[in-house]
Amino acid sequence: MNLISSLYFSAPEIFLTISGLVLLLVAAFGGDKTARTVTILAVAALFGALVYTADLLTNPAYELGGEAWAGIYRMDGFGSFAKILIYLAAIGCLIVTPKFFTENGGYRPEYPILVLFSAVGMALMVSAVNLMTLYMGLELMSLSSYVLASFSRSDNRSVEAGLKYFVLGALASGILLYGMSLLYGFTGSTSYLGIRLALQDGLSMGATFGIVFVLAGLAFKIAAVPFHMWTPDVYEGAPTPVTAFFSTAPKVAAVAVLMRISLDTFGEQTLAWQQIVIFAALASIVVGALGAIGQTNIKRLLAYSSINNVGFILIGLAAATPAGASGMLVYLTIYVAMSLGGFVAVMMLKDAQGRQIEQISSMAGMVRENPLLAWCIFFLMLSLAGIPPLFGFYGKFVVFQAAVQADMIALAAIGIAASVIGAFYYLKVCKVIMFDDPAGEVVGDTTKSNWAVLLICSVIISPLGWILTKPLVELADRAASSLFFVI
Amino acid sequence: MGGFPILSAMLLVPLVAGIACFFLEAQAARLTALTATLVNLALGIVLWANYDIGGAQWQFVEQAALFAGFNYALGIDGIALMLIMLSVFLMPICILASWEAISKRVGEYMAAFLIMEVLMIGVFAAQDLFLFYIFFEAGLIPMYLIIGVWGGDNRIYASYKFFLYTLLGSVLMLIAMFWMVNEAGTSDIPTLMQYDFPAGAQTWLWLAFFASFAVKMPMWPVHTWLPDAHVQAPTAGSVILAGVLLKLGGYGFIRFSLPMFPEASAQFAWLVFALSMIAVIYTSLVALVQHDMKKLIAYSSVAHMAIVTAGLFAFNVQGLEGAMMVMLGHGLVSGALFLCVGVIYDRLHTREIDRYGGLSINMPKYALFFMLFSMASVGLPGTSNFIGEFLALAGVYKVSTLVTLVLTTGIILGAAYMLYLYRRVAFGDQKNADAAAMTDLTPREWVMLAPIAAAVLWMGVYPESFLAPMRADIAALEARMARAAPAGDSMLEIGTPRESSANAMPALEHDNAGEGAH
Repeated sequence: MNLISSLYFSAPEIFLTISGLVLLLVAAFGGDKTARTVTILAVAALFGALVYTADLLTNPAYELGGEAWAGIYRMDGFGSFAKILIYLAAIGCLIVTPKFFTENGGYRPEYPILVLFSAVGMALMVSAVNLMTLYMGLELMSLSSYVLASFSRSDNRSVEAGLKYFVLGALASGILLYGMSLLYGFTGSTSYLGIRLALQDGLSMGATFGIVFVLAGLAFKIAAVPFHMWTPDVYEGAPTPVTAFFSTAPKVAAVAVLMRISLDTFGEQTLAWQQIVIFAALASIVVGALGAIGQTNIKRLLAYSSINNVGFILIGLAAATPAGASGMLVYLTIYVAMSLGGFVAVMMLKDAQGRQIEQISSMAGMVRENPLLAWCIFFLMLSLAGIPPLFGFYGKFVVFQAAVQADMIALAAIGIAASVIGAFYYLKVCKVIMFDDPAGEVVGDTTKSNWAVLLICSVIISPLGWILTKPLVELADRAASSLFFVI
Repeated sequence: MGGFPILSAMLLVPLVAGIACFFLEAQAARLTALTATLVNLALGIVLWANYDIGGAQWQFVEQAALFAGFNYALGIDGIALMLIMLSVFLMPICILASWEAISKRVGEYMAAFLIMEVLMIGVFAAQDLFLFYIFFEAGLIPMYLIIGVWGGDNRIYASYKFFLYTLLGSVLMLIAMFWMVNEAGTSDIPTLMQYDFPAGAQTWLWLAFFASFAVKMPMWPVHTWLPDAHVQAPTAGSVILAGVLLKLGGYGFIRFSLPMFPEASAQFAWLVFALSMIAVIYTSLVALVQHDMKKLIAYSSVAHMAIVTAGLFAFNVQGLEGAMMVMLGHGLVSGALFLCVGVIYDRLHTREIDRYGGLSINMPKYALFFMLFSMASVGLPGTSNFIGEFLALAGVYKVSTLVTLVLTTGIILGAAYMLYLYRRVAFGDQKNADAAAMTDLTPREWVMLAPIAAAVLWMGVYPESFLAPMRADIAALEARMARAAPAGDSMLEIGTPRESSANAMPALEHDNAGEGAH
C-alpha cells in the first residue's frame, strides 16, 4: 500500500485530472477559439487513459487488483472494464460534439473540459471502495453533468433540462447521502469491506434503511423505475450530443457502482436487496416500454428506451451471480454502442435549413433519400429491441441466461415477455422510416466525424459483432470475478 | 464430400449475394439474386446426391467454436435435408415470380429474399440450440420488410401482426432453452435429443416450445396472423411464407418437442388433436366463403398444417412420415397455388375471385397448371399431397378413430373449397372483358410452374425418393418416443388366419365327376 503502487493504480485518473486543469488554463487564456484544439487534446487524454487502463485490465500481473490510497480506492478488473467503457463513450461523444455546436452556435472549450472532469468523477466512482470516495466521484460527475445539460445557454429547453436535472439530481444525492450516513451509523465504517464485515452477522433495521436509501439514490442515477421521471425531460431538453453522453458514460458508471455496492458491500445480505432490484427491473422494463409507445419525439422515445434497457441490465443484477454480473457488463458494452449510435443518428437528422429534426413523423420514408442513415437507424432500433441476429440480442441473451441459471425463471419469463411490448415501439420507428411515404424533410449529413462514430456503432451492433463475443465475455468474466471474492 | 463445408457454403452464397444486391441496380440485382439461388440449388442437389442414406444420422457436420455461450455447429439428417431441398428449390422460383411484379427498391427486395434463404437453411442445418434460435427469430426481420415495403394496401397492419405475434410466441422458448442448457450442460441438439428431462419439467418446456411452434405452424386459434400476412405479402413473399416458413413450426415439433419431451408430448397429444380437429373443420369452412383467392389458400394452409400436427402426435412411423410428406407436398403445392394467383394478379391486379371466370377459355395452359395444383391440394392420388395425407391419416387412425373421422371430413371440405374456387375462376362464363383478354402463360411463368408440377407428380408417383432419406431418422424418432406412446383406440387385433382363403369356393357336397351322366 505504498505511494508508488497507489500512484500506479490510479494513474489514469490523476493524468486526466491534470490534463483537465491544464486544458482549463489553455481555455482561460486562449478563449473560445481554442475549443477545437481543447477537444482534440481532451480526446487524446482520454485515449491515453484508455490505453493505460486496458493494460491494467489485460496484464496478468494485475489480475488480482490492488488497493490504493490507504484503502479508499481499488484497482481491479471490474473497475478497469467499466472505466474503459466510460472513456470510450466519452471519446465517442466528444468526437461528434464540435460540429453540432458550431452549427447551432456557441461551442466553447468548457465543454470538453466538463466531459473530462465528468469522466474523472465516473472513474473515481467505479473504483471507489469507500463511501466517501464514491460520493466525491459521484458529485464530480453530477455537477459536470448539470452544467452540460444546460450548455446551450440560449435554448430554453436546455436550460430547463439543466435545472430539472440539478434539482432532482441533488435530491437523489441527498437520498444517497442519507443512506450512507445510516450505513455508517449502523456499521461503524465507511469502507466497503468494513460494511461488508459488519453486515456479515445480520442486518439491523437501520442498516436495512441504509441499504434501501443507497439503492434508491443509485436507482435515480441509472434512471430505473420508480426514479426515472427526470429522464425523458432531460434527454429531450439537453443538446443531443449531451444526451448521447448522458445515456452512455454516466449510465455505465452508475450501473457499475450499483453492482459493486450490491454485490461487494451488501454481498452478504443478498436477500435484503434482491427484491428491490427485481421490482426495479420489471417495473423499468414495463414502464419504459409502455411510456415509449405514445412518444412522438425521437429523443424522448430513446429516453424511454434507455429506461427499458436499464430494466434488462438489472435482471443480471437480480441474479446476484458472477454470470449475472458478467452479463451486465456485456450488456452495458453493447448498450453503449447502441445508445451512442442511436443518438448520433438522431443528431444527423437535419432538415434543409440545417435544423435538427426530432419528430418521428418527419422521418417518414427517409430510406429513399438517405438509405444508409435509414438502414443504420433501422438496425439500431431492432438491436435495441433485441431481435437476433443483431448484436443487441446477445446482451439480453447473457442476462436472461444468468437469471435462469440462478433459478429465477419467473423473473426471466416475465421480463422477456414484456420485451415484446418494447418491440412494438421500435417497430413503429422502423415502420415510419422504411414503409411510409417520404416526407422529404430529412436532408443528409455529410459530417465525417458523425458518420465515423455511427458506422463504428452500427458495425458493432450488426451480426459482425458476434465475433466479439469471445474476447468480450472473457474480459467481462474476469471483471465480474473481481466482485466475488471471499473475505 | 472430403470435408468441404458445403452447408456453410450454402449459407455464404446467398449472404454475399444479398449484401451485394443492396448496392446494385434493379436488373443487376435480379440477375445476381437468380444466379445466387441457382448456385444454391446446385449445391443443394450436390448435398442430396452425397447424402448417405442409411449412413450416420448426422452428416456434413461442421463445428467451430466461434462464439461465447454457444457453438457454430451445422449438420443435417434426412428430415433437415428434405426441408433444405424444399427451400433451395422454391427460392429461384420466388425470384422469378418477382421479376416484373416488383419494380420499386428491387435491390433491397432481392437482398431481403436472399437473407431469408440464409436464415431458412440455417434453421434446418443448425445443430446448436441457440444458433437455431437466432436463425429462427432472425427470419422476422426480412419477412417484416417484405410484407411492409412491398405488400398490399393493409401491409402495415399485417407486418406488425406478423412480427409481434411470432415474437411473442418465441421469447418464452428462449427461456425454456436456457433452462434446458443449464440442466443438460450442453446446447448441442443431437445430445439434447437423447437427454431425458424430468417429466415434471417437460410439461413446462413443452408448453414454452409449443407457444412458439404453434404460432409459426400456425395452429388454431393463433393462426390469425397468417391470412393477413399472406394477403398483404407480394406473391413471392406468400410462396416463401407458405412454402418454407410454415414448415419451421412442424420442423420444430419433430426436432425438439417430440424427441426431447416425449412424455409431455404424449400428455398433451389430446390438446394437439383437439386444436387440429377444430382447425381442419373451422378453417375449411372459412375458406369456403372467401372472396379473396389468397385468403382462401391461406386458410387451406392452416387446414393442411392441422393434418401435419395430428400426424406428428400420432407417435408412429406412418404419422410422422405422413406429416413430413404433407409438409413437403404442401410446401410445393401451396407455393404453386400462390404463384398461380400471382400470375393472374399481375395481369388484372385483383385477387377478387368474382372478377375472374372462364379463364380456361383464354388461358388454357394456365388453367391446366391451376387444375393440377388444385387437385394436388385436394390430395388426389398421383400427387404429392395424397401420399402425405394418406400416411398421416393412417397413422392417426392407429391412435384415434374419432380424430381420423374429423380430419377426413376436413379433406372432403378441402375438395369442396378448392373445386369451388377452380370452378369460379377457370370455368363458367367470361364475366369480365378485361379478364377474358388476359394472355396465357409467358415463358418465364412456364419456367416457374413446370418444375413445381414435375416435383408434385414425382412425389406423388414415386415418394420413395423422398421417404428414403428420412426413414432412418423417423424410425429413430419413433423408437425414442415409443416409451411414451399412447395406446390407440382402434385396437386392431391380429386374429388367427382362416384355414382357407376368403374367396375360396366351398367344397361341393357331391362329386360332380359324372357331369356328363345326365
